[in-house]
Amino acid sequence: MKNIKILAPCGILGYGYPKSSFLNGMALKPDAIVVDAGSTDAGPHKLGAGVAIVSQRSYKKDLEIMMVEGAKAGIPIIIGSAGGSGGKVHVEWSLKIIKEIIHEQSLHHLKIAVIWADIPKNIIQDRLHSNKVNPLGLTVKELTKNRLEETSSVVAQMGHEPIVKALEEGADLIICGRAYDPSPFAAVAAYHGLPLSYGYHAGKILECAALCAVPGTTKDCMLGIITQEGFTITPLSDDRVCTPLSVAAHTFYEKDHPYLLHGPGYVLNLEDCKFTQLDEKSVYVTGSKIEKTDPYTIKLEGAIKVGYRTFVVAGVRDAIMISKLEEIEQLAKEQVKNYYSDIPCEDYQIHFMNYGLNAVIGELETNKGLPHEVGIVFEVLAKTQELANTVCGTLRSTLLHYGYDGRKSTAGNLAFPFSPSDIPFGPVYEFSVYHLMEVKDGYEMFPIEYLTL
Amino acid sequence: MTQYKLYDLAKVIRSKNSGPFAITLDVLFDNPDIYYKIKNNGLIDKKLISRLYHIPQEMISQIVFYDPALGFKITFARKISSGTSFDTDVYGAQQHAPLGELVIEI
Repeated sequence: MKNIKILAPCGILGYGYPKSSFLNGMALKPDAIVVDAGSTDAGPHKLGAGVAIVSQRSYKKDLEIMMVEGAKAGIPIIIGSAGGSGGKVHVEWSLKIIKEIIHEQSLHHLKIAVIWADIPKNIIQDRLHSNKVNPLGLTVKELTKNRLEETSSVVAQMGHEPIVKALEEGADLIICGRAYDPSPFAAVAAYHGLPLSYGYHAGKILECAALCAVPGTTKDCMLGIITQEGFTITPLSDDRVCTPLSVAAHTFYEKDHPYLLHGPGYVLNLEDCKFTQLDEKSVYVTGSKIEKTDPYTIKLEGAIKVGYRTFVVAGVRDAIMISKLEEIEQLAKEQVKNYYSDIPCEDYQIHFMNYGLNAVIGELETNKGLPHEVGIVFEVLAKTQELANTVCGTLRSTLLHYGYDGRKSTAGNLAFPFSPSDIPFGPVYEFSVYHLMEVKDGYEMFPIEYLTL
Repeated sequence: MTQYKLYDLAKVIRSKNSGPFAITLDVLFDNPDIYYKIKNNGLIDKKLISRLYHIPQEMISQIVFYDPALGFKITFARKISSGTSFDTDVYGAQQHAPLGELVIEI
């Protein structure tokens, strides 16, 4: 029976993995090494500001082992959502690191494919006009012409199709811009003529590496074995096992529905899947189904700058202050607003988070007990960094010395852990584009470029 | 019949972003009896989630039970999208507490 093996080193390229687990995987002669480098989990800042999720050093450390061992075995290596957000700047950042590894390890023979995932704004604008771009979520703001223009750059999640094409062209190292996390795994299955349903479902599990094992982690290696009839998931460390429940439960992870998974051009239906214990640590999965969607849609992502932040971290240990903290904060805020009556109030916003009271779930908090100390983070979001710094400085000095009713600690209200206390944060972003766009097929928006470095 | 917090009955109870505009809550059990009792008593519905999370029912997109994993999933729209100004939980990873506090009689 034909089977192909995919080695998944870690959940996000740069998170790290034990080399011993990786070599256990290589000893089983995998057909490809596939790693997802991307996520929108950390918010819109990485995409908006054009920076990576992980450090250059950790990215290189993970990639070097993969490239050296992959080249030795003569198997393809695929990176999904290079640099985290998978935009041009993120792909170029990855290429710079890859170039270093190629020179240091003499891997010049590797044929490299780059699959770009940047979407020109004029195309989005045209398709907005013809109602082919629709928001994905009830609270996504309307994508006006202005907001689209101010958006820093837009990427889209690719499906397996362009990656299969790069494999067919004989690429040894495929660097994908933004990709649907399971796509690079599904591409390997499709390239070998195996069912897309199992490719995507295995990919959905493997893209988080050992997170579906017990104990779960994104920082250890997994092997997926895909056949015509199903697929097997096996941890590559002796310290972990997969159980039918742990693998089935992973199907839930960070998706809106437990068994209907929407991807580019396809929807995966896992309602009737069977999860079986194959040996002491492997799970065999069957029954995954996939259907094409009509029209083919891709998910667009883009971030817009909404202002600049300055923030302060401070502690409060005074019991009287803690008993009326929110009231005092409001009074300090009013005093600052009055002081800056010359600044239009829409130019800045003030926000307090009281850790120990209700900072994490806000108005949903049902525990009203008072703690002995509170950590306050207060922030000012303004049109410019200078204005955020200015207002935050005044807010800090106001709150520090605010003479609230009944005060005994008249020398100061806040314990600052750091000097200086005010941290200019830089720009703050928001997802302005989180839309589905209709396309002709899975290739239309994702050009492939071949190069040697 | 005894009263339990859902937090104590569940094997896994967690929250996470499902994309930047939604929060998804997963509750998974290791005891099929408890799972099916909760599934069959119909307590977990939009009305309950709307009350626990102070959101209108229209903001709740999914409440689905999935037997192979002995678990259910609830997904609702975020009031503030992940990582922008005034969001307090970028990964949405600590929003499970109100559901965990739910007292269930079984």
